[in-house]
Amino acid sequence: MIAFDYLRAADRDQALSAAQSRDGARFIAGGTNLLDLMKLQVEAPRRLVDIGALDLRQIERTDEGGLRIGALVSNADLAAHPLVRARYPVLSRAILAGASAQLRNKATTAGNLLQRTRCYFFYDPAVPCNKRTPGSGCSAIGGFNRIMAVLGTSEQCIASHPSDMAVAMRVLDARVETVLPSGERRALSLDELYRLPGDTPQIETHLQPGELITAVLLPSPPTGRQTYRKVRDRASYAFALVSVAGIVSMEQDRISGAALAFGGVGTMPWRDRAAEDLLVGQQPSRALFDQAADTVLAAAIGHGENDFKIPLLRRTLAAVLGKLTETVA
Amino acid sequence: MDWIDAEVEAPLTLRVNGVPHSVRIDTRTTLLDALRERFGLTGTKKGCDHGQCGACTVLVNGRRINSCLSLAMMHADDEITTIEGVGAPGALHPLQTAFIDADGFQCGYCTSGQICSALGMLEEVAAGWPSHVSGDLMPAPPLDLGEICERMSGNLCRCAAYPRIVAAIQSYAASREGEGA
Ligand SMILES: Cc1cc2nc3c(=O)[nH]c(=O)nc-3n(C[C@H](O)[C@H](O)[C@H](O)COP(=O)(O)OP(=O)(O)OC[C@H]3O[C@@H](n4cnc5c(N)ncnc54)[C@H](O)[C@@H]3O)c2cc1C
Ligand code: SF4
Ligand code: FES
Ligand code: FES
Repeated sequence: MIAFDYLRAADRDQALSAAQSRDGARFIAGGTNLLDLMKLQVEAPRRLVDIGALDLRQIERTDEGGLRIGALVSNADLAAHPLVRARYPVLSRAILAGASAQLRNKATTAGNLLQRTRCYFFYDPAVPCNKRTPGSGCSAIGGFNRIMAVLGTSEQCIASHPSDMAVAMRVLDARVETVLPSGERRALSLDELYRLPGDTPQIETHLQPGELITAVLLPSPPTGRQTYRKVRDRASYAFALVSVAGIVSMEQDRISGAALAFGGVGTMPWRDRAAEDLLVGQQPSRALFDQAADTVLAAAIGHGENDFKIPLLRRTLAAVLGKLTETVA
Repeated sequence: MDWIDAEVEAPLTLRVNGVPHSVRIDTRTTLLDALRERFGLTGTKKGCDHGQCGACTVLVNGRRINSCLSLAMMHADDEITTIEGVGAPGALHPLQTAFIDADGFQCGYCTSGQICSALGMLEEVAAGWPSHVSGDLMPAPPLDLGEICERMSGNLCRCAAYPRIVAAIQSYAASREGEGA
């Protein structure tokens, strides 16, 4: 690990000003992603502002009937919270499907959203990677790429976003509340938070330097049934190859509302409103689910080893929709 | 608090197993390295150093975490429990005894992590936390084989002593229940 200055901030104001006072400062929350990468010198911040002592560990109801989740709420506490289990089960399920119990105890809500890709070449400073070393090339394109994305990729980077939690947050229309170094606050949808790789895969979000995530806001619980289905190489403690978060409501025998988000397949937690719109008002059937999959996958690009993710996503989506509509897929 | 500069050894006091340990350390020192290299508490093991194996599991304020993915400096306000604080030769914790009785190890390298993890796991179950394999998220989960395996998946055992590790945990959990604990 490259040596770094360290400050454990007492409160938010100190964290914000500390991050400004010395160049190259980064926040550290649980540390389970940042330290992992620092040990390999994939990340080498010269200054760390530890935000672990900040008062951002509450889960509160909002006036709008939703929840405000403090940025430092651990993944374990969030998944186990009675209101989350009862009203946002897709979120509990997604978190519980990820990492291990030890990691979930340490990992935080904001840190989980901002965790970086698990692309093997990103983790290996000896080989080219545009995300780690801009302009050096991409070792995954034309190389081993079984775990890479098929949606939202560019010619510079095809790395998948690894978070399970973020997929559930995306399907729930979560918003990220932040505070800028100036003290100004803003709220971003996950669509506004994340960036596609394009020509700058090293820039993953629209956050500004020194911008602190303070909370994640959930709107009031959606109507309908919720589920999270994760497909992976091992039954536990493995990242998603493909995952689907779904919320579907029915009126009589027709779908009256649908929200779908996808993990493991996109360069950011993926959502496709056109596929959702196509389902609404229709009677569930395998043909309909296939049409939805066609829409989601219209722009999908396989890179060889990861070609299997395209049919796997189709089948996982059909299984999820079959379950949520209580029809056999 | 103020900045602690890089490459300067700064004073730090950590409470481990109820005892304060004071050292001067570099900001890079992980909790795992502080325990092993600075406090001589070598019961906690380093397997992967990347959060992938669970050998380094300790309890921080009663919660199990991977000590390899945490900085020592982050824990000045915490109560840390390592295997040395769980039990000692001659005064073993009943879960340690259960591991011996069930033959819950071969080389023993993963064992301290398994035991600390299992202690944390049983508290999580007692608090009613669901797991990935819980059929329903709301009611208190049962502590059956499937639940134990899923909840302990963060602890690898390269000797594959898994069936006996699970048996040790089951027998300890059953004895605890018998006592109404
Ligand atoms: C072996 C292993 C297996 C895993 N498996 C899974 C899995 O299956 N599914 C899954 O989803 N995840 C998995 N993870 C990843 C894990 O979920 C993340 O490491 C964790 O969520 C990161 O949270 P943290 O608080 O530790 O983040 P940190 O490491 O502290 O921070 C991560 C990033 O977020 C930034 N940051 C943190 N908080 C803030 C804030 N409030 N404002 C602004 N920036 C902030 C940091 O600067 C850093 O860039 C796994 C990790 C490991 C090591
Ligand atoms: S896919 Fe992205 S992260 Fe992986 S090697 Fe290519 S540029 Fe790097
Ligand atoms: S040494 Fe910490 S998880 Fe392997
Ligand atoms: S007993 Fe050898 S690694 Fe588990």
